[in-house]
Amino acid sequence: MSIKELFETMEYGPAPESAAEALAWLVDQGDRFGHFIDGAFTAPGDGFDSRNPATGEVLATLTQATQAEVDAAVAAARKAQPKWAALGGAGRARYLYAIARLLQKHSRLFAVLETLDNGKPIRESRDIDIPLAQRHFYYHAGMAQLMESELPDAEPLGVCGQIIPWNFPLLMLAWKVAPALAMGNTVVLKPAEYTSLTALLFADICQQAGVPKGVVNIVTGDGAVGEMIVASDVDKIAFTGSTAVGRRIREATAGRGLELTLELGGKSAYIVFDDADIDSAIEGLVDAIWFNQGQVCCAGSRLLVQEGIADRFHSKLRARMDGLRLGNPLDKCIDVGAVVDPVQLQTIERMVASNTAGTVHQASCALPENGCYYPPTLITGLSTSDPLMQEEIFGPVLVSTTFRTPAEAVELANNTRYGLAATVWTENVNLAFDIAPKLVAGVVWVNATNLFDAAAGFGGVRESGFGREGGWEGLAAYTRPKGKCKALARIEPATGQGAPVDPIDRTAKLYVGGKQARPDGGYSRPVWGKSGLLGHVGLANRKDVRNAVEAAAGAAGWAKTTGHLRAQILYYIGENLSARAEEFAHRIDAMTGKRGGAQEVEASIQRLFTAAAWADKYDGQVHGVPIRGVALAMKEPVGVIGALCADEAPLLGLVSVMAPAIAMGNRVVLAASEPYPLAATDFYQILDTSDVPAGVVNILTGSHGELAKPLASHLNVDAVWSFSSTDLSAEIERAAAGNLKRTWVNNATSLDWGVDHSKRFLQAATEIKNIWVPYGE
Amino acid sequence: METQSLERTAHLPQVTEPRNPGMELDLDWVRAVQANTSAIERRAATLPGRRSVKRDYQAAWLLKAITLIDLTTLSGDDTVGRVRRLCAKARQPVAPALLDALGMGPITTGAVCVYHDMIETAVEALEGTGIPVAAVSTGFPAGLSPFHLRVAEIGESVAAGAEEIDIVISRRHVLTGDWQALYDEMKAFRAACGHAHVKAILATGELGSLRNVARASLVCMMAGADFIKTSTGKESVNATLPVSLVMIRAIRDYYDRTGYRVGYKPAGGISKAKDALVYLSLMKDELGDRWLQPDLFRFGASSLLGDIERQLEHHVTGAYSAGYRHAVG
Repeated sequence: MSIKELFETMEYGPAPESAAEALAWLVDQGDRFGHFIDGAFTAPGDGFDSRNPATGEVLATLTQATQAEVDAAVAAARKAQPKWAALGGAGRARYLYAIARLLQKHSRLFAVLETLDNGKPIRESRDIDIPLAQRHFYYHAGMAQLMESELPDAEPLGVCGQIIPWNFPLLMLAWKVAPALAMGNTVVLKPAEYTSLTALLFADICQQAGVPKGVVNIVTGDGAVGEMIVASDVDKIAFTGSTAVGRRIREATAGRGLELTLELGGKSAYIVFDDADIDSAIEGLVDAIWFNQGQVCCAGSRLLVQEGIADRFHSKLRARMDGLRLGNPLDKCIDVGAVVDPVQLQTIERMVASNTAGTVHQASCALPENGCYYPPTLITGLSTSDPLMQEEIFGPVLVSTTFRTPAEAVELANNTRYGLAATVWTENVNLAFDIAPKLVAGVVWVNATNLFDAAAGFGGVRESGFGREGGWEGLAAYTRPKGKCKALARIEPATGQGAPVDPIDRTAKLYVGGKQARPDGGYSRPVWGKSGLLGHVGLANRKDVRNAVEAAAGAAGWAKTTGHLRAQILYYIGENLSARAEEFAHRIDAMTGKRGGAQEVEASIQRLFTAAAWADKYDGQVHGVPIRGVALAMKEPVGVIGALCADEAPLLGLVSVMAPAIAMGNRVVLAASEPYPLAATDFYQILDTSDVPAGVVNILTGSHGELAKPLASHLNVDAVWSFSSTDLSAEIERAAAGNLKRTWVNNATSLDWGVDHSKRFLQAATEIKNIWVPYGE
Repeated sequence: METQSLERTAHLPQVTEPRNPGMELDLDWVRAVQANTSAIERRAATLPGRRSVKRDYQAAWLLKAITLIDLTTLSGDDTVGRVRRLCAKARQPVAPALLDALGMGPITTGAVCVYHDMIETAVEALEGTGIPVAAVSTGFPAGLSPFHLRVAEIGESVAAGAEEIDIVISRRHVLTGDWQALYDEMKAFRAACGHAHVKAILATGELGSLRNVARASLVCMMAGADFIKTSTGKESVNATLPVSLVMIRAIRDYYDRTGYRVGYKPAGGISKAKDALVYLSLMKDELGDRWLQPDLFRFGASSLLGDIERQLEHHVTGAYSAGYRHAVG
């Protein structure tokens, strides 16, 4: 068309970014890639093609890693790790800083390569993915610098196996590699098979930065290679991807003593109240669900609109959708690019086709003839019971329903197995700060969406996984407390015979929902001491676990009490225990046949006081994120925690777990020391007299082996801990895969209960939720 | 007369837009309007990265931008000679050779904008071109002269031949939330304009918040404004993208609710060709192509034209241009 005609039509026209430099880089590498192991690229082997999803063209041929190659990568990382850790934080910071600088210097090359490989619009790779990846390395260069001074008790985990998805290839690499290296770990990383090219360019960057060989290893291939890494001799697995695969990794790593963080799927709620800036909320949806073709784990894919504005909102939204420009991802004037692969495109098509409910609107944009494209789609009028309201589509498809009240908005938002992110739009600060803490999610955005930064932790709850990436909270995923653990020997209950020591029979029952309860099975066992029969305890079974969890879940109000109130109750427990210290000491000595009872009681009182002290002081943080606004890292209780308490310390083991957990607002189901259960059953009398609300603490006695599985597999339990001398770690972690509950198991090692580990317990008893609040008038 | 109207149709849209008659003041609507500053700023900040116009398309867009300029001089030292020169530039904003090279016929700017005393000169200088003369009015720029004089000023300017009147609103009505007073004032100004089109200058840099900008925009449209305009050019902050986004979203809502299209004029601070392209894409994306015509969109600008001319010459020659190669206005 002539300029004169264009003057009339005022079309946008093509505005392509050149792919020449990126294609030239691929040619320089021979269009074939091996792995990056021990500081060098291996010779290319048998493998697969990496294609541009926008055109179907082959970009390069990649190598499918063999077992021997994965082993070589892990061995290289293992060999390099001690020296890398010994380099010190300041030494490592220089390398991280150099990587950040190089990412910046080659930013356009990375951006274009990412777009060619993944199909996302060049605007996104150029303005979001690559700058955020740089930011992650800059930020963690600082964390390396500060490690010795700020985390003096932390040490690296060792070798980290890292498996990342295809939706943000370089950014997910940065999220995984930067904190791991900063804390002195070495890594074996597998990029997704669809999108490995920027990881290979990153390997090139590592060489340029002079990163010591073996510190960063990159192996390519499909899920089979991921399985090899999971099965290999690593100290940690970090995975971002689907919930289904995350669950398999949880099962595969169960009981191996590996650290594990999982960042999985989501069906994040996007809540719009009737007082919101509607146009801005609609623009937010463009960034929520049409960002990266909706292939975003935290995409605001579930729209909840207040009923009174729903019609107007939806019609404005449909108009906005029709203005979206879809096409060649390298075009600088494109909003929506290509879906990553034909397989993913078919999944989206199948899911939308299977839906028969509601009204479907698809943006009126022309689809290119070739390539993996799917139009922006809105489905209104769905109900919570419709599959598309529950299942993650991972495409540019928004589903919508309405709500009447703030309470109903929260109820609908939380009516999901996932818990990754949520968005709230309202101009009312009271409403925003009332709703944000109630949403079950790791990240909440107020009047914004999909804001990310290295300084703010990202990660989910429920089946969206566990662990945080970014911020101070993210460092916990790549460090552990210094110190060695001793192996733990199983403690068998004492046996004996003869008459009871106490002529009057006292029956120890279970303690469930603030009441003493007989065990469902109707069985008891004797507890013997050196001096004779000390009493009987009930043998709890799975139904008692069910009842205890029911009671704990019912005591949710405890989480809403103030830290001050919880402190008062913990002090009161300590006070009442102190009043009966002598009796408890005797009891412990009688059961264990040792003389440490008095000391254990005193330590228990101290733990209660320490937890009371922390109850109103274990504060969150305000992260300095680069916006005009704040990210509030709020600490929230995990929920219902099930714990198998230490056998060797019948009172202290129980109190050390219970006190910090309830101080943070959790409710607990505690399985008492199996051989020495009577301290726990005496203890519930103390609880009864200390104003502890019913259901906050529930105590079961019986076989740890029997209780472990129902507790670990219970879908309404949010975390399970085991300090039992029975080695149940594998069984617990495997069973925990059901709802991906957090686990803390001892892997047959002992914790020194004489030492105050309260900080570790507080950390395990809380989830960090980052609430982003941009502001400005 | 016949030739004149023919010439006009060459560069004005074929569709005759019915004038916005205004409506009753709807305070429920006004008070329900929200504007979230951070979100609006984010949208405004990412827009230039989301839209890009290249090559011939860019040249066409820049030519379009010229036809949307209210070529303006609002200085205390304006003289007849100065205004005549400006009008000559408005008639022929781009050198004919350059237009030929671009394959484009003759174009003019959207209007010429002057103070009242210069209307006669401008009307005379533009006779036969179809280019309307716009006059700033109502005690421009502060709008604090006696109300009856402000109304009278409009009448004088219309009588002098101004086809468009750029009025300034009383900022104090917005700052105190006296929407009724703002409505009444605007309605009186509109009435005084008669057949002349009225642009309501909100002086957004003095309204304190984007929410106020949104509400003032709506009230002025309810009172019958044909255009809403950001600034006088005399405030410390003039047209910005966030302010523009708020005002054009108000225009969209008003159109959705009433069916009447109101025009938009950002003024002050738009001096680069690239800025003009961003504004055009903002209008195109938020309001649609209909708002890319001079009856619904104007740039209030004086130095913008020079930059566009340089970019157009660059388009033709491939070499970056120099300011002195293009006639000053």
